[in-house]
Amino acid sequence: MMLQIKPILAALKRHKAGTILIALQIALTLAIVCNALFIIHERLDRISRPTGLDEGNLMAIGNRYVGADDKDTAAMMRGDLVALRQLPGVADAVSINSYPLRGGGWSTGVRVGAEDKKPKAHTTLYFSDEHTLPTMGTHLIAGRNFQADEIGEADPKEVGDPAVVIVSKALADKLFTDGHALGKPIYIGDTKKPSTIIGIVERLEVPWNGSWSDTFYENSIIEPVRLSGNYTNFLVRSKPGQLEALMKSAPAALYQANRMRVIPPERGVRTFAAVREHAYKADRGMAILMGVVCLVLLAITAAGIVGLTSFWVGQRRKQIGVRRALGATRRDILSYFLTENLLIGIGGVVVGAALAMGMNLWLVTQFEMARLSLMYVLAGVLALLLLGQGAVLAPAMRASRVSPVEATRSV
Amino acid sequence: MFRYYLDLAMRSLMRNKVLTALMVVAIALGIGASMTTLTVLHVLSGDPLPGVSGSLFYPQVDPRDMDGYDASKPLPEQVTWIDGMNLLHARRADRQALMTGGAVPIQPAQSGIEPFYSDARYTTSDFFPMFRVPFLYGHGWNPSDDESRARVVVITRSLNDKLFGGKDSTGQTLRMKDTAFRVIGVLDSWRPNPHFYDVNTGRYSNSEDVFVPLGASRDAHLDHDGSTDCWGTGGGDEEHAETEPCVWLQFWVQLDSPDKVAAYREFLTHYSQEQKALGRFARPVKVGLPGLMEWMDINKVVPGDVRLQTWLAFGFLLVCLVNTIGLMLAKFLRRAGELGVRRALGASKREVFAQLMVESAVIGLAGGLGGLLLAFGGLWLVRRQPSDYASLAHLDPTMLLATFVLAIGATLLAGLLPAWRACQIAPALQLKSQ
Repeated sequence: MMLQIKPILAALKRHKAGTILIALQIALTLAIVCNALFIIHERLDRISRPTGLDEGNLMAIGNRYVGADDKDTAAMMRGDLVALRQLPGVADAVSINSYPLRGGGWSTGVRVGAEDKKPKAHTTLYFSDEHTLPTMGTHLIAGRNFQADEIGEADPKEVGDPAVVIVSKALADKLFTDGHALGKPIYIGDTKKPSTIIGIVERLEVPWNGSWSDTFYENSIIEPVRLSGNYTNFLVRSKPGQLEALMKSAPAALYQANRMRVIPPERGVRTFAAVREHAYKADRGMAILMGVVCLVLLAITAAGIVGLTSFWVGQRRKQIGVRRALGATRRDILSYFLTENLLIGIGGVVVGAALAMGMNLWLVTQFEMARLSLMYVLAGVLALLLLGQGAVLAPAMRASRVSPVEATRSV
Repeated sequence: MFRYYLDLAMRSLMRNKVLTALMVVAIALGIGASMTTLTVLHVLSGDPLPGVSGSLFYPQVDPRDMDGYDASKPLPEQVTWIDGMNLLHARRADRQALMTGGAVPIQPAQSGIEPFYSDARYTTSDFFPMFRVPFLYGHGWNPSDDESRARVVVITRSLNDKLFGGKDSTGQTLRMKDTAFRVIGVLDSWRPNPHFYDVNTGRYSNSEDVFVPLGASRDAHLDHDGSTDCWGTGGGDEEHAETEPCVWLQFWVQLDSPDKVAAYREFLTHYSQEQKALGRFARPVKVGLPGLMEWMDINKVVPGDVRLQTWLAFGFLLVCLVNTIGLMLAKFLRRAGELGVRRALGASKREVFAQLMVESAVIGLAGGLGGLLLAFGGLWLVRRQPSDYASLAHLDPTMLLATFVLAIGATLLAGLLPAWRACQIAPALQLKSQ
């Protein structure tokens, strides 16, 4: 095997342009495929993040009161909740300012000391009542839920600081690194008034899923306040298997309770599965696009290798015949072409690996992206070398079948 | 001669169908992907007001307190009510408008239509002439209507179709949030892309359906939507938004000459110094006056994913081209014998080169056609996405032409090296080895 490398290099020197072109193609393909795979990985990671909710049995309704004074909406909301909770098939329901994957909500900083200038963590605020945890299906891992007498009602413009709050575990860990968050006071926003943590839930995502919220995507606070005002969201949790029926009966029950409302015809009533699909549509689309580009790119590179090697085999039939006549076995010929391709491939992937990392460094400066891990480059290198060997196999087999008689023809 | 070369090219391409197909498909895929993404990028980064945008500017001042001051951080993206009103009333620009966005409940008089919410823009009178907004019926309001906080409204053509059956509705009454407004104008179709004057309320969304004088919107307590950025004691209280330390309005000016731009910048600096002397401004004086397109760049209105896809597509095209160069090289060199005979029979190097370039161009043309079909397919897919710019993704004549220029240009470039190499063949050597 080693003995063959010298003559192969000598032969490649006579085909400089073709050799460089294949190597260049391999290098570019490697650089693009590595980065594309990495982007796919990032997107899939994001898509598979759990919200912490019992998504299979949840639906969301967007609701806007029309023609009602903002002062009266608190009472209308109470009526709506009674109507929803009484509905057959409903396990529980809440009115809430936002929910995970919805895309819009309230965010602020949290401090652990009243005099702290800088917030220790960033968080989202959910405003709802003691039915929130049973409706969402979020697991309480420490402390207790709100009690009915702790629930307040407030206009969104006049929300004060609640005496008690429930926080997500991620936020609790971030604020109190010693792990003892329960019962501790925290300061939400710029306030000097403390709010005591009375409960910690296992997981509760923020309403956003864009990369800008990546630094705090599991930091949530639930405040025991129902917000009045003209816009709200109802989250409804169905008893198992009843969600389908509720999609019709829940909005109907709301309209029956009170007609002074608009539920948007588009995306007004959605199962949580639909919420999730909508939230991640762009990410999924990007991942699929990247995947298709990778596959097509690899196919084109493989086809290019097949094409160029076939040409070389055709060009060297006489030389192959001579070698065969002088005693080279079929296996020798086969391994000649495989080794030749491997050498070109190695040249290509060395350049390609550098190119992939350079391209990633540039992408990091231009787009919100992380640094490429070396594992991706290694996997890409391996994949392209194997692809090259696979592509060259057919023409190489054809070469190995050249009969020694060819040497005697038309010389 | 060209027809002869064309005939030779077709014969040569038909001789090896698989190789030809591979080259054409590679070019088509590369062109298709590039043109799809380039078209989306072209649409999204286009000029929202061609011919006008050059004279539109977005003044910025910094009214924030010293908390978190960092000289390298950008200026606030909007203005406070006080600064907006001061700059508006100074009337130092050729035209100026102060505005913000919102959503209003519309209560149609017709019993057949349920109440619904519509996006609205609360602005001052220069909005319409400054942005060259076309009117179907009626007109916009006057500066005096701004001052008197007149309850007048301008609606879009689509809302007019919905509420008034497309008839001239000027003089009619429109009820919004329990307040009666008089319709004084109906816009003709108008959808600037991007939605440049307020990038916080949907960057490529439809423009608003309802336009109300800013003052009247405050009187009628119409809800404000969009970004509100507060500092110090500011809590974003809607009712007292005029005095809160919050930025929530956009201020645009029209400046018709470079001298006026320089003078306006000067004016902004003086204004800031004056406010600082009065104690309202705390930070070192810094002002901004970006032009419309510059403001779009600063805000990165073109989504990152779209730019990423465009780069990816061009990388893809590059690989396709390298692939085609390799295949063409193989193909041309394989015909060394044939080319040797032609050379020996008297064809000059130049003639052989021309023949091979014609062959490349044929591949380019076929690839371009295929790429165009793929681009149409790709754009159809883009239009089916949920993004707010989806409906804008169409090929215009410029991009159509660009597709062919790119396809043929790229393949000719790709054919250059192989053709040149093939020309270098010594005819005698080839004839000898036959």
